[in-house]
Amino acid sequence: MITLNINNTNYQVEASAEMPLLWAIRDMVGLTGTKFGCGIAQCGACTVHVDGKPVRSCSFPVAAAVGKKITTIEGMKDKIAEAVQNAWVELQVPQCGYCQSGQIMSATALLKTKPKPTDADIDAAMQGNLCRCGTYQRIRSAIHRAAEMIK
Amino acid sequence: MTQQKSSIDRRNFLRLTGLTGAGLIMGMGVKADGSAIIENITAAGNAFELSPLVMIDQAGVVTIFNTKPEIGQGTYQSIPALIAEELEVPMDKLVIKQTGGEKKYGPAQFVGGSSSVRTNYTSLRKVGAAAKEMLLTAASKQWDVPVAECYAENATVIHRPSGKKLGYGELAEAASKLEAPKNPVLKNSKDFKILGKSAPRMDIPMKVNGTAKFGIDASVPGMVYASIERCKVFGSKLVSFDATAAKKVKGVIAVETCERIHGIYKSEGVAVIAENYWAAVQGRKALVIKWDHQGNEQFNSKDYEQSMREAAKKEGAVEHQQGNFDQAFTGAPVKLEVFYETPVVSHSPIEPMNCLASWTEGNKLEIWTSTQVPSSVVNEFSKTYGVKQEDLKLHVLFNGGGFGRRLYPDYIHEAVQLSKKIGKPVKSIWTREDDTQQGPFRPMTFSAMKGALDASGKAIAFQHKVISGTLDMKKDYDITKADGTMTEGISEQKYEIEHMKNLYVHHYLHVPLAAWRAVTSTTLAFAHECFIDEMAVAAKKDPMQFRLGMLTKESDTKKILNKLKEVSNWDKPLPAGWGRGVAQYEFFAGQAGFVIEVSKKGTGVKIEKVIAVIDLGTVVNPDNTRAQVEGSAVMALTAAIKGGITFDKGATVQSNFHNNPLVRINEMPKVEVHILADGGNKIKGVGEPGLPPFAPALCNAIFAATGKRIRKLPFDMNKIV
Repeated sequence: MITLNINNTNYQVEASAEMPLLWAIRDMVGLTGTKFGCGIAQCGACTVHVDGKPVRSCSFPVAAAVGKKITTIEGMKDKIAEAVQNAWVELQVPQCGYCQSGQIMSATALLKTKPKPTDADIDAAMQGNLCRCGTYQRIRSAIHRAAEMIK
Repeated sequence: MTQQKSSIDRRNFLRLTGLTGAGLIMGMGVKADGSAIIENITAAGNAFELSPLVMIDQAGVVTIFNTKPEIGQGTYQSIPALIAEELEVPMDKLVIKQTGGEKKYGPAQFVGGSSSVRTNYTSLRKVGAAAKEMLLTAASKQWDVPVAECYAENATVIHRPSGKKLGYGELAEAASKLEAPKNPVLKNSKDFKILGKSAPRMDIPMKVNGTAKFGIDASVPGMVYASIERCKVFGSKLVSFDATAAKKVKGVIAVETCERIHGIYKSEGVAVIAENYWAAVQGRKALVIKWDHQGNEQFNSKDYEQSMREAAKKEGAVEHQQGNFDQAFTGAPVKLEVFYETPVVSHSPIEPMNCLASWTEGNKLEIWTSTQVPSSVVNEFSKTYGVKQEDLKLHVLFNGGGFGRRLYPDYIHEAVQLSKKIGKPVKSIWTREDDTQQGPFRPMTFSAMKGALDASGKAIAFQHKVISGTLDMKKDYDITKADGTMTEGISEQKYEIEHMKNLYVHHYLHVPLAAWRAVTSTTLAFAHECFIDEMAVAAKKDPMQFRLGMLTKESDTKKILNKLKEVSNWDKPLPAGWGRGVAQYEFFAGQAGFVIEVSKKGTGVKIEKVIAVIDLGTVVNPDNTRAQVEGSAVMALTAAIKGGITFDKGATVQSNFHNNPLVRINEMPKVEVHILADGGNKIKGVGEPGLPPFAPALCNAIFAATGKRIRKLPFDMNKIV
């Protein structure tokens, strides 16, 4: 048994140590907001926060998450997250929406370190998150909008 | 669309305490706080059906059934909006439920071809208008006043002279007992409250907080997981396998074969079934499988492409002709003859293919998945697997991207067979590698172009010959005939060129193929519109003027080009090293055009500006239309400049996003979208028309900036000059 702290709740999961955190979150804990996209940290759909930092949970072993605070899209409740989510709705960012949990996890992590990001900051922080529907320009606008809202 | 009409005609007056015979309907709805609800509609209490697509309960909750799966294109808003507008119910008061191919909701439960709104614009408004008239009649009867004195607003019927009001919930039962009017009066578009406005999409709040449920998120008690090994060499047969090591992996429950069915393409795979998905993937790695490649291991892109070039020498089947092309071309003073090539590409929706299937005793089947084609899944699967339609329940969840990939139920077949074999609910999930390597793919098309000008530079002869495999999967496909899908749009352009002969040469490809967003127009427009540019250059004319010069009659093409000319400031000189390109394309789904500006940057080019014009006639949701065109440009840019799919030793070379890359945020310039919507009965598609003209506009701009003519996709933006 491995204990994982996800969204401030402890979960006991029967996972092998090398199992990616993604599958523990989705299949064992049952939080499905975090998505599987590529399995090799290329698309960002599985992004969660581990001790506040964005990680690709598809390539992050469960063992490495033990004793750390894991936050998934379902646990995004603070002021920054709320601003990002509101901006996403206001600017109608998602299309199919599948990648958007990961986009939001990366965007909130960016705004935590850079409250007023430039386009270049956004490009740097968000280029690990693919969107096949092509919502990139709205993501960029929504991050700027969220930064305004937080002010 | 006759089925909605006939649905009204056929509707019964059943008082619903659940949909008798349909089993549980798991609908996805949205609560006021934006979170998703998945519920059984039988819990809705005393609900009354005013049409199969409209249900109102005593509390006044209005439920609209959405027959068009949401794949990102916005049908979760636009389709219910057509009904809600006429029904006079604000969108935020609706509960929207996704249908799952049930007979009562009609045969057109599918999404493809940008068809959802353009083919239902009137029929679904009539559904809403008919329900509204029934509510008005019910109120007028209750008050004993003329119905003409009543009007509906905000889910309420109001008696104008007295100001009396009755909510829809209070009228639903009486209204449901009335005969539905066959020709209800539709609102004048100037009175629209929802249609034509940039209304927010109801699915978006769920998609920012993790509550939206996609196919991959479905779950039932006792569910197990499958990962399937399929041969990487296309056209191989399974000979034998050894599952000893796989079964030793912790969590593995069973190893079974299953057949992937993609039309005429059928192939057997070996599935490892486990308690969790990770274990299934580990077990799969331990499989030892013997395949018979049947000679297909020699197949490779290089040789195939060369054989396509050879095939181009064939005369081909005539797709369209006018005037006398051969004579006009032979005798013309200026002739052009060039060849364009495009690659195979993958759909790569970010949600990999997946399906949860549960086969239970007595031949009952329940399926949870992301699909574009609920109606055909229900029809075909009931036949294929001998399940009565009423015993097959399909739950359609949000699609994490469609792009044409989810028109094909190969991944559903696999899960159904596995569940039947092991007697447990099985969730099968493809890995990204499966998705990238197994196809089905967009076929490549090559285009042999011929054109001629007279001495004054006027275009007098034009030929587009398409060389390609086919999307047609019928066994009796006639290779001597012109294939309408593979020559899509090439004879629909409005340019007035007297002599034209368009041709098609079929060139077989044994790899599974599929329609891809905007289908064949995405490749053919590149050849077509770049070649028009080449003709303009040969005629020493400005590419915009050259096009407009061939459009003396009024047409949407002319309108699009004139609008592009205006909004791009086409005649305004650009800085040195910059170039501007234009392209448009008309095809079955609709019509759009782009002007793109690029600048030289070292050995490559940079996109400076992207301006799109889409012609719709009537627009239902301007903001969503802009979003679709913005996204189309991103997908089209990926197809133009990224690697695409190639084959070697019989198999796909690429495997995941590291070697089959998509455009990322840092590579994507802003797209400015203009919508032409001058009203009327005409209504065109939104989801696809933004793709075809993008690559030719870009390549025409690159030519203008650098003098380099790009005739082969993909190309490297950083290595142009």
